Formats: sequence, C-alpha cells, structure tokens
Amino acid sequence: MTQHSRDMSRRRLLFGGAAVGAGVLLAGCTSNEQTPTDAQTKAADGNANAEPGKQVTIGFSAPAADHGWIAAITNNAKAQAAAYSDVEFKTVEAGADAAAQRAALSTLISQKPDVIVLLPHDGKELNSFGLEAMQAGIPVVNLDRAFPDAKAYRLQIKGDNYGMGVSAATFIAEQLKAKGVSNPVIAEIAGIDSLELTQERTQGFNDTLAQHGFKVTNRRAAEFTADTGQREAAQLLQALPKIDAIWNHDDDQGIGVLAAISQANRSEFFMVGGAGSKKAMEDIQADNTVLKATVTYSPSMASSAISLARLIGQGRGMSDLVELQVPKEIVLASETITKENAGDYLKLGF
Amino acid sequence: MSQGTQPTATQPPPVDPAETATVGHRTPTATGRLSWWHGDGGEGAKRNLALIGVLLALFVIGAATRSDLYSNPDWVWANMLSILKLASVVGVVTVGMTFVIIGGGIDLSVGAIVALAGVWCTTVATQNFGAGGMIFTAIVVGVAVGLVNGTLIAYGRLVPFIATLAMLVAARGLAAEISDKQTQISHNGTINGIASTNLLGIPLLVYILAAVVAAGWVLLNRTTFGRRTVAVGGNPEAARLAGINVKLHTLLLYALSGLCCGIAAIMLTAQATSAQAAMANLYELDAIAAVIIGGTLLSGGRGTIVGSLLGVIIFATITNLFAINGLSTEAQNMVKGGIIVAAVLIQQVQFGSITQFFRRNRLTTS
Repeated sequence: MTQHSRDMSRRRLLFGGAAVGAGVLLAGCTSNEQTPTDAQTKAADGNANAEPGKQVTIGFSAPAADHGWIAAITNNAKAQAAAYSDVEFKTVEAGADAAAQRAALSTLISQKPDVIVLLPHDGKELNSFGLEAMQAGIPVVNLDRAFPDAKAYRLQIKGDNYGMGVSAATFIAEQLKAKGVSNPVIAEIAGIDSLELTQERTQGFNDTLAQHGFKVTNRRAAEFTADTGQREAAQLLQALPKIDAIWNHDDDQGIGVLAAISQANRSEFFMVGGAGSKKAMEDIQADNTVLKATVTYSPSMASSAISLARLIGQGRGMSDLVELQVPKEIVLASETITKENAGDYLKLGF
Repeated sequence: MSQGTQPTATQPPPVDPAETATVGHRTPTATGRLSWWHGDGGEGAKRNLALIGVLLALFVIGAATRSDLYSNPDWVWANMLSILKLASVVGVVTVGMTFVIIGGGIDLSVGAIVALAGVWCTTVATQNFGAGGMIFTAIVVGVAVGLVNGTLIAYGRLVPFIATLAMLVAARGLAAEISDKQTQISHNGTINGIASTNLLGIPLLVYILAAVVAAGWVLLNRTTFGRRTVAVGGNPEAARLAGINVKLHTLLLYALSGLCCGIAAIMLTAQATSAQAAMANLYELDAIAAVIIGGTLLSGGRGTIVGSLLGVIIFATITNLFAINGLSTEAQNMVKGGIIVAAVLIQQVQFGSITQFFRRNRLTTS
C-alpha cells in the first residue's frame, strides 16, 4: 500500500509538473507583439483649422465586434483624438447590443461632453438616443449606421455600401469586356445576409452588372469571418467548375476565400475584394493571387468623424468649403484599389 | 489510477455497467433477452441504414437538379471529397460531443473552445515555435478548457448546460482579448498545408476525420472507458454503486471533448489559414444536431459514433446541395431545422412503433 501511494504521489507530481510547465509555456504564447498597424490619422497641418482652439470633450462609443474593421474604427478614433491638443476623448463601452449601448450612452450624456461620436449597434434602435442627446444640446455625429430621423444627428458620416457594389461590378465588367468574355460566369460571396449593408452591396452589384448585360450566376453568404469565407468559397468553387470573376464583400473573410481558392488549385478567374484591408492591398500589390482589386469601405471615416466633431464643438467649418459650419451628411466614395494605386492606399488599409 | 475507485466490501458486488445502463431503457419482455436485431445494436443499425438512405436521397436530388455536373464522374468524386472536407472539422468536434451526450451531459462551449484554441495557436509568439508548437498549444488549450468544464460539472456540481454556456461566453471573450479582435493569419506552411495536402487523392483532413472517428468508435465500443460512459449516462447512481468513479469519468468526458476541439481548431485554422475569436461560430449547434439525428439519446446512456458521423455528413451534403443549386442560405437553414425535427420524429414515432409492432407480434404468436 505504501509502495502504491508513493507511486501515486510521484505520478501526480509528474503530471502536476507537466501541467504547470504547459501552463507557463502557454501563458507566454498569448503575446502578440508585432508592429501595430498605423492608425489612419491626419496630422494637424498648415491650415487654419489645425490651430488649437477651444477645448472640446468628445464622447465616443462603438461596438466591440470581433472584426478587424470595427477594431480599426476604435483605434482610428483614439489616435485621431490624440493628435489634437485641444480634444479630450472619453470612450464608453458599447456593450453587447443596442440596449446595453443605450444604457452606457445615458451615463455619457450626464457627463456633458461637447460632442458625441457614435457608431450604433443599430441605427434604428438608437435613433431615440440621438434625439435625446440633440435635445439636451449635445451635437451627435453618427458614424456609418444611419439614424432614420434627421433631427437625431448633427452630422452623419458613412461609407457607401451600394457604391461598393457599383465599384466592384464596374471593375469586373470593364475587365471582362477588355478580355472579350461573353456570357461570363460571375460569382458573389456576400457577408452576413440579414444585414442591411449586405443587401445594399448586393443591390449595387446586381444593378450595375445588369447595366452591362451581366448577372450573378451563383451567390453564397458567409459571416465576415475567414473560416466561413473558406467554407462558402469551397462550396462555390465546387458548384462552378469554371468561373470568370468573383466579388467577395469583405477582405477579412477574403483570407479564407483565397485559402479555399488555393486549396482547390483554381486560378482561371480574377477576384475583387471589399473594405480594403492591409493584407488585401499587399496581395493586390504583389499580384501573386487571383485578387486583383478591392473596393473600399474605409474605417478612416472614424478619424474624419473625430476631426469633424472637434470642428463642430469649436463652431468652425471645413476650411476648403465656403460654409461656416460642417455639413450635415458626408458619404465616402467607394474607391477601387488596383495594382496601380495600391501603394497610395496602403496607409489606409486596416 | 484511471481504473477509478475499487469497489470495497461495503459496496454491492460489481455489476457489468452496460447491463445496468440498459435497464432504464429496455423493459424485459416475455421472450427474455432480445435478439440483436430487435435490441440496441439492431436499432442503431436500422437508424444508420435510414441515415444512409437519406444520404442516397440527397445524392439523387443533387443528380436530378444538376445533371450537367453529376454526369461527370470526376466532378462527382471531387464533390464527395469536398463534402467530406466540409464535414471534417465539425465531424471531429461531434465525436467528442457524442461521448459527452452519451455520458449524460452536454457541451455548449465546443465552438468557443475551437476559437480559443485556434486563436491561441496562431499568436505571433506561438507561431515562433513552428508547427509542433502550434499543434501542442491548440491541443493543450482544448484539453485544459475541457478539464475546467469537467471540474465545474463533476466536482462543482454545476448543471452541464450552465457550466458550458458560461464557458462559451468566457472562452470567446478570452479569444477576443488574446487576438485583440483581429484576424490572426497563420504564416506556417506546414499547418496551412494540412488543408491542401492530398494523400492518394484523398485530402489529409478526411484522413484525420477518419482516424478520430475510428478512435472514437473503438473507445466507445471496445473499451471499459466506453462501457463506463454508457453506464454513467444511463444511470449515474447505478454506475456509482457498480464501482465507477462517476465524477472522474465525467471530468474525463469533457476533457475528451476539449481534445477533439483542439484537433478541430488546428484543422479549421489550416483551412482558413487564419484564426479569429468569432471562428467556429455555432459549431455547438451543428454538433448537437448531428449527434441527435445520429440517434444518440439526448438524456444519455445510448448512442453511436457512426450515427453522429452520418449526421454531420448529411448536414454537409445539404449545404453542398444548396450551394451547387445556387439557393439561399436562409432556405438551407430552414431545411436543416426541418431535418432535425423530422429525424427525431421518425426515430420516436416510426422506429418506436415498428419495434413495438414486431415485439407485440412475437409475443402473441409465441
């Protein structure tokens, strides 16, 4: 019995030691030290608006989603605010859903910031918050997800989802016409299908293709993640033995789409991405994958939103415009990045 | 040590755990011991035959709707491999899930464990250790999270549903924290190669699935561990009285599920050449659905690995069928839901009544 228990304790010691060792090793493996992506800020330059003005407190809230784009939004806003000596930046957690975000934002109102910059979980659900804040005399800058009520915001700055579809379809149509392909097989890999932005992107894509007499042969919806992109692309490639062009809505899921394409040894087509990630731009520049272009939906809009919120707080207008105040709506153009201009856009990749 | 506590003189004499477990589900009949076909084994085999029938039906639907593609044998072969590849990751997770469910539990955290293991093994620091370090990390993380689940459930007496739901949230949270919400790209050629390598024309991923399923089958049907799993799930109290260390066994089941998740994490990372906190989303539902339509009792005590595998393949075939016909994902999800309900209904109503019918006939004629 004593022999037995001694064996046991020795074995336990061995196992315990191995477990602790593995734990220590693993803890060390969480480190992700690498050169951080440079935030997309605009340094204060020579124009009159760069001069420090009245001290402005900007409240900021954006969802903490597991996506590179949203992460870039928050990073950009922080970095741009830090670039101004006259801006105090207060960020509140947006929580898991619209209700949590509304609760967090009501504490923000009580702190009386000069301007609130907000990327809502859902524009419709947070419309009432916009109205409330505006009535309390705090201008609201809506970032990307529009409030239906025009009185709920002072400024709306957003990307152009429909325009992304238009740009992607235009590039694809031009390329196919240049190659002289008639009756092309065009495939589409969308993002989360229940989102309005996905529907707008697809609408723009379909409308523009139709103008050129083309249509989408097969369409699959992924979930903005690389593993779902891989899954849907693998099935799409199986469904279409020959493809001429693919539009993939999102560059993050595009990592998986490109993986599926190389796993299937396919290269007879070209692909257009969406959003404009740094990885996509590097791939386009290197020109060694089927990815030949991407259409932007740039998170740099968060940096611009902070700059404009500062101007609104200080009562200044945009220096290149005649008006004395910042305009009410700004929609970013969806630009097409190809091998030729990828170098210029690389600094805006996320 | 793995033998559990030995029965002492104060406990009743050891009983064959499997025998004890089946008592709860099968009432002894006048004819005495049921023949194989009418017993548990037969019912499992009949169910698996029905699932294979469903697969054949799906194949026929595919061939009918896309006869242009199906007329090419090379394409059909490639498509079957692509379905198996699609099934491989969820399939590995499902093997672990089958054990947990047969053992009377449930593991809602599998998708989150895959994500955590995937993210942890693709951090810059881990990638520095090469492919071996990445695989080691993914497996250790999977097993460790499984052990935490198992400890909370077996020794902390938390309901499995609650404990693993909490782990689902926590593990995804930790994954998001580690990855800083970014997509982490795997730069390791060996790892990425797992998804693109073919041996004798068959993808390596399919071999991994086959190996895990085979190991799971042997473990469940040919070892004491497997018999104990059935016993613990069928009637924990009887299993305890029979001298099984129920707590330790429960702990090991969740660790086994975690191990499968670790393996799946490597496979999924290889396929996507990257990992992120939102990966393997809702895999727990895919795995549970496959286990259920495979004929495993959700209350534990009975189930088959082969049935679970067929369940996974059926879902993958449906996804493939919708993709090759260019139909929407929404319709696909509705059909999947319908199939789960139909499978359970068929099992309960049809097989139940058919077996009853035969049994009644035998009773009256004998």
